[in-house]
Amino acid sequence: MALVAFAYVIQLFLLQIVNHDKYLTVSENNSLLKKVDFPTRGNISDRNGNLIVYNRAAYDVLVTMKDVTPFDSLDFCQTINITLEQLRERFADIKDRKKNKGYSPYTPQVLITQLSVKENGMLQEKLHKFPGFELRSHTLREYSTKSGAHFLGSIGEVSQTDIDNDPYYSSGDFMGKSGIEKYYEKTLRGEKGVTIYLRDFRGRIQEHFRNGEYDVTAKAGEDLTLGIDLLLQEYGEKLMAGKRGGIVAIEPKTGEILAMISAPSFDPALLVGRERSKNYKMLVNDKEKPLLNRATSAEYSPGSTFKTLQALVCQQMGGITQSTYFPCSGKGSHPIKCTHSHGSPVSFLGAIEQSCNPYFWNTFRTTLEKDGYGAKNVTFKKTYNTWRDYVLSFGYGGKFEDSDVNEQRRGNIPTEKYFNKVFGETGWRAITIRSLAIGQGEILVTPLQLANLGAIIANHGYYITPHLARTADFGEKIYTKVDAKYFDGVVQGMWQVTDIGSCRWYKIPDIPICGKTGTTQNSHGKDHSLFMGFAPKDDPKIAIAVIVENCGFGATWAWPIASLMTEMYLKREIAPNRAYIEEKIVNAKFINDAVLQSE
Amino acid sequence: MLYYNLSETRKSADWIAILLYALLVLMGEVSIIGACGNVSSFTDIFSFSQFYGKQLVWIGCASAIAFAMLKIDAKIFLVFSYFIYACAVALLVVTIAVATEIKGSRSWLVLGPVSLQPAEFAKFATALALARYMSRYDFNILKLKHFSMVCFILFLPVVCILLQNETGSALVYSIFILVFYREGLPDFFLFLFCWVIFLFILILRNASVSFDSGEQLGNVLAYGAIIVAEVVMTMLKEPNKRMWRIMFLCEFVVMFLVWVFNQFEWYHINYEYALMFLIGAGALFHLGCFLLYMAKRKIHLLISGILIFSVAYSFSVNHIFTEILQPHQQMRIKVTLGIEDDPYGAGYNVNQSKIAIGSGGFFGKGFLNGTQTKLRYVPEQHTDFIFCTVCEEFGFLGALSVVLLYLALIYRILYLAEHQKTEFSRIYGYCVACIFFFHLLINIGMVIGLMPVIGIPLPFFSYGGSSLWSFTILLFIFLCLDKNNK
Repeated sequence: MALVAFAYVIQLFLLQIVNHDKYLTVSENNSLLKKVDFPTRGNISDRNGNLIVYNRAAYDVLVTMKDVTPFDSLDFCQTINITLEQLRERFADIKDRKKNKGYSPYTPQVLITQLSVKENGMLQEKLHKFPGFELRSHTLREYSTKSGAHFLGSIGEVSQTDIDNDPYYSSGDFMGKSGIEKYYEKTLRGEKGVTIYLRDFRGRIQEHFRNGEYDVTAKAGEDLTLGIDLLLQEYGEKLMAGKRGGIVAIEPKTGEILAMISAPSFDPALLVGRERSKNYKMLVNDKEKPLLNRATSAEYSPGSTFKTLQALVCQQMGGITQSTYFPCSGKGSHPIKCTHSHGSPVSFLGAIEQSCNPYFWNTFRTTLEKDGYGAKNVTFKKTYNTWRDYVLSFGYGGKFEDSDVNEQRRGNIPTEKYFNKVFGETGWRAITIRSLAIGQGEILVTPLQLANLGAIIANHGYYITPHLARTADFGEKIYTKVDAKYFDGVVQGMWQVTDIGSCRWYKIPDIPICGKTGTTQNSHGKDHSLFMGFAPKDDPKIAIAVIVENCGFGATWAWPIASLMTEMYLKREIAPNRAYIEEKIVNAKFINDAVLQSE
Repeated sequence: MLYYNLSETRKSADWIAILLYALLVLMGEVSIIGACGNVSSFTDIFSFSQFYGKQLVWIGCASAIAFAMLKIDAKIFLVFSYFIYACAVALLVVTIAVATEIKGSRSWLVLGPVSLQPAEFAKFATALALARYMSRYDFNILKLKHFSMVCFILFLPVVCILLQNETGSALVYSIFILVFYREGLPDFFLFLFCWVIFLFILILRNASVSFDSGEQLGNVLAYGAIIVAEVVMTMLKEPNKRMWRIMFLCEFVVMFLVWVFNQFEWYHINYEYALMFLIGAGALFHLGCFLLYMAKRKIHLLISGILIFSVAYSFSVNHIFTEILQPHQQMRIKVTLGIEDDPYGAGYNVNQSKIAIGSGGFFGKGFLNGTQTKLRYVPEQHTDFIFCTVCEEFGFLGALSVVLLYLALIYRILYLAEHQKTEFSRIYGYCVACIFFFHLLINIGMVIGLMPVIGIPLPFFSYGGSSLWSFTILLFIFLCLDKNNK
């Protein structure tokens, strides 16, 4: 008898002390029902306090299977705009324990998500006819604008990978999937709260666990203010309608991005709610790739805009000075033709103003050959690497790693290794890589990098990481390797471009703009049209880069767009005598109008 | 002087046992509150719509019964023992005829608002009858007539209860073998009892495992165990020590040869047949010895008999299991033996019960905080599975206390029984202790997952008037007998 008692006590010991934790977990899983209280997501507004993204109520239909009695399913479906097949499918999904692990006929299950306010109202009225069904509200993103889809990003249901990476999330939660929504997910989402209930063996809720001792109150997400100027953003998208390309405008002093336009664009509201997956599929399959943020993720040859950077770097390296002259034979020049007609020899300022190819080829060659080639090309390659390092210090050839712009491409400034591979260790010289002199060849930049170059020149040698949100994380000045003193000449040259050069036609009468156009050949059709610049000349408030694909000269398309954008930003309106420019741009369509707008 | 004489003839009741009884009953009530009450809904202990409220009524009645029992003249129990027994059996028979089926058994007698379970009351009646019969001055359990009579007394209620489909309650009567053992039944029967259970478990536990050549592991092990038992018995009982050594050697050599043949695939010999051949040969050999010694060594006849009985029994174990036991009983046994795992079907109760017990930990979740029991994850939590409420809410400490209290009560009864002057009181005392012991063995064993699920209550803890009253009567008849001992 004592033996039996002993054996039983041992078993009790094993159950209660040794394996206590295991059984405790099981018992908690059994009986504790954790009801999550979702916090409201933070709002997003622009630099002037205009609300861009906020929340609206949406409604889910929940169903408790045990309480459902035969109902008029046709009426039900019509009320919430779904088909009978969809309803049947949803019921089947809910009951499938493989797909819906937490299924119990005694607790409410999500049947249909994200009803519109109208549908909700209709169903609410008829709810008494459908026992077992109930409505639960939660929030959805709402946009005050149809612009900014690319950088705002969207929120979507978490994937299994997201759940594995961050235990905060559980199945059915929503999180930022791209853009600002993704980068500032932790700020915007707030903290979920939880209310713990006791659940009996049938899954019915019985009471509040320990009177709420272990409950957590939900913490609302924080609001976010962007550096974006909504007026400018919307205006930019209006100008870019029917075109392919990107615009980035930056405030040089702060690095705040004022506008970031990628065309073709789409209405951010398309990726919200029940239609999200359908619309997403449509956008993905669109041949004009509206989902691609061309402002940060498309790489273009910088073309002649690169000459400003070339002039800066080559001065710093001692290849030229502001009083260097080179001859130009116009179209007969060798090895690179000049595309404009102007006098010869050409000066430093004149070369920038006239975008003289031979001048910059000579500048490039003189700089790279200043120490000669050396044995086995070693000296030349060393000089090339120095040149490359100078260029990289302008933010070219790499991402802005600490920026809150989520989707960026690196661009490209070719490495020594690359040329060694293509031409052999000793097989390449200045003449071999002459395309780099005028921003063609292997060089690639994104509109964001290009706009940042404008900001650097405006700041005479430094930039602040371009960023979207106004937070305390940004503000450190990042200096390029080119001294401030070399910038004056370039700024002067860029001013001449818009004052007396190719851009004189569309200049804003009382705002001196500095800029440089670019026209780059490409394999997809007509030339890309580029412009990079800043304004006003002496107290720069906006640096801007515009790239329009396959449309023609930089001075014909990109420049007037930049001009209008600058005017809009600085004056908040377009002068009546310039309205014709706006009209010309808006009416120009280079692609089939693939711009997607929700009804 | 009269007063003095009266007090001398009346010894006071055994307060230790009464105190233990009271403690257990009170703890039972607390557990029922814990199993059924919610923090919010538990407002009034006297709410008679709840189990704990009703149990309070049963406890009140039980106290009255206990008090009455102590007041009754002890001789009445002796005199009326057969009469009480007859009444109980009659009641059982009536129940079979009258009772409607509740949860698969026909054991409830409904008298207006009160339901009684006569099977509970048959326990003390049988105990009284047994004590009366076995206390005859010429009683010898080894006499066939007496032994049959004892078996008959047990047989009547057991059959009735089985007919009521209350297998659990019927099994309680098997524990009287311990009483018989105390009253002179030889060790042999106790060993036989254990041997039968051992073979049963051994065969079933390994029945699903087979060799490539088709032998069942369960059978092979059982036959092996029979041969080992044969050798051990010979070694212990046969004066000629050479005999068991030679036997052992022969059997070992035969089995080794069989193994070698099979191993090198010269010729396949079925292990089951080889072992059965050895057992058969052994049976013949011992029969031969018995005849050779001119029946002087009866032990050989016995060994021979055991061998034949064991083999026959082994043959029929699977049959008994699949044909005589009901499917749900088979499943419960399989789950306990770990042959099958069925946490949502047959194993649900025990699985949830183990979760409740395990989650209690050392100190428990606290009174009324047991989620497993209160939210009814454990079925029958206020009756058969009441012990897991104790474990969940009061932890290892609470469970240990309860086990120790029961142990103390049983030892106290045994102690008192040994000090009785009359054989009637002593035998009755042993019956009481054994009945308590069996209930604890099965009930707690079941709740902690060491025994198959057999629906019998935990004395004094489980909710229910019939069970509480019958255990109270059972105990207090003995305390009354004890009081009049001197």
